[in-house]
Amino acid sequence: MARTLITFPANARRGEIIEVKAIVAHEMETGFRHTQLGEAIPRDIITHFTCGYNGVEVFSATFYPAIAANPFISFSTVATESGTLSFNWIGDNGFSVTETAAISVS
Amino acid sequence: MLALPASADEARRSGYDFMSRATRAMQDEDAANTGMLWVKDGEALWNGKAGGANRACADCHGDAVASMKGVATRYPAFDARMRRPVSLEQRINLCRTEKQKATPLAHEGPDLLALSAYIGMQSRGMPIAIVMDENTKPFLEAGRETFNRRQGQLNLSCAQCHEDNWGRKLAGNPITQAHPTGYPLYRLEWQGVGSLQRRLRNCLVGTRTQAYAYGAPEFVDLELFLMWRANGMTLETPAVRP
Ligand code: HEC
Ligand code: HEC
Repeated sequence: MARTLITFPANARRGEIIEVKAIVAHEMETGFRHTQLGEAIPRDIITHFTCGYNGVEVFSATFYPAIAANPFISFSTVATESGTLSFNWIGDNGFSVTETAAISVS
Repeated sequence: MLALPASADEARRSGYDFMSRATRAMQDEDAANTGMLWVKDGEALWNGKAGGANRACADCHGDAVASMKGVATRYPAFDARMRRPVSLEQRINLCRTEKQKATPLAHEGPDLLALSAYIGMQSRGMPIAIVMDENTKPFLEAGRETFNRRQGQLNLSCAQCHEDNWGRKLAGNPITQAHPTGYPLYRLEWQGVGSLQRRLRNCLVGTRTQAYAYGAPEFVDLELFLMWRANGMTLETPAVRP
C-alpha cells in the first residue's frame, strides 16, 4: 500500500532551486490520548526525517507529537548534479520508511 | 427525464468556498493533498487480483482513467436487481462479491475508501449528474423527507442548518450548504479519508440523533437526495475539509 507521496521536478537545470514535497502515511499517535476505558494510548510518532542528495544530507527535520497524521513536508534544495534523492522517515516502534527517486540535471 | 433541483440557478457553494486558504492549498495541489495516499492505494487495489475468480478490477474494466470517468457523478444510481439505488461503495462491493467472488469490503475500511477515492478521482472536475426518474424518485423523495425532518434530541433538521443558516457559524465552524462535492475526502478532524456517510453520521450525532448503519437504505436515500441537490456542481474528489 502507498506509504509515501514524493514530488519534485524530474529534470532541472544546474543551480536551479527545486521544491521537494513529501507526504508519508503515519498515524502520529501523540501519547496524550486515552481509550474510552481510560487506558493511555502509547506514543507512536515519526521522530526524524532526512533527505539525502547523492548520499549527502540536504535537509532534515525532527518531529514532535503535535504534528498531524500523515505529515506533509516541503523544502527546497539546489539541483547540483544528476543522481538520486533519498528520503527516510524514522520513528517510534522501529518505524522506518525509505524511498528514492532519480533527478536529472543538465 | 432529467430534472434539475429548483435551486439550480441560485448560487450554490461547495464546502471548499468556506475553507481557509491553508486548507484550500492542500486540496489545490495533489502533491500536498494527503487524500492522494488513498487514491494511490486504490490504484494498486484496482490492478490486484482478488477472490475466487482471481480477477482484478482492471481485468474487466481496463484502465480506470477511461472506464471509470464520470461514473462517480452518477452515484448513488438505480440498480435493477436490487430494485433500489446503491451507493458507489455498494456498487464496488457488488463487483467484489459477484464478479471477483471475494468477501465484501468493510464500509469505512481502508480498501473500500481507497477504491472509491480512486474511482471518484476519475470524475474530478466533472459536473454531478444524478438522474431523477420513476425509478429513483421515490428514494430521492425519501431522502428529501429526511433532510427536512426535525430529529434527534436537539430536534433539528438538516435544512435548518444547511438551508436556513448556511454562512453563519456553529462553534466557530462555518455552516456550509452541505453539498457532497468531494467524497470520499480527507478531513483534518478525522486525520484521514472518510465517506459521505461518515460525514452524515457526524451531523446526526451532532444533533444527538441515532445514526443509521453504514450502507443502510435511509443513508443511501439521503446521499441520493444530497447528490441530486448538488447536480451540476463540480466533483472535487479527493477533496480536503477541515
Ligand atoms: C446544527 C447544525 C447542523 C445540522 C442540524 C446538520 N449539519 Fe451538516 N454540517 C454542519 C456544519 C457546521 C458542517 C461543516 C463544519 C464542519 O466540518 O465541522 C456540516 C457539514 C456537512 C456536510 C459536509 C459538506 C462538505 O463540504 O463536505 C454535509 C454533507 C452535511 N453537513 C449534511 C448534513 C445532513 C444530511 C444533515 C441532516 C441529517 C446535517 N448535515 C445536519 C452543521 C449541521
Ligand atoms: C468479471 C468482470 C468484473 C470484475 C472483476 C469487476 N467488475 Fe465491475 N463491473 C463489471 C460489469 C459487467 C459491470 C456492469 C454491471 C453489471 O453487469 O453488474 C460492472 C460495473 C461496475 C461499476 C459501475 C459502473 C457504472 O457505470 O455504473 C463499478 C463502479 C465497478 N464495476 C467497479 C469495479 C471494481 C472497483 C472492481 C474491483 C474491485 C470491479 N468492478 C471488478 C464487471 C467486473
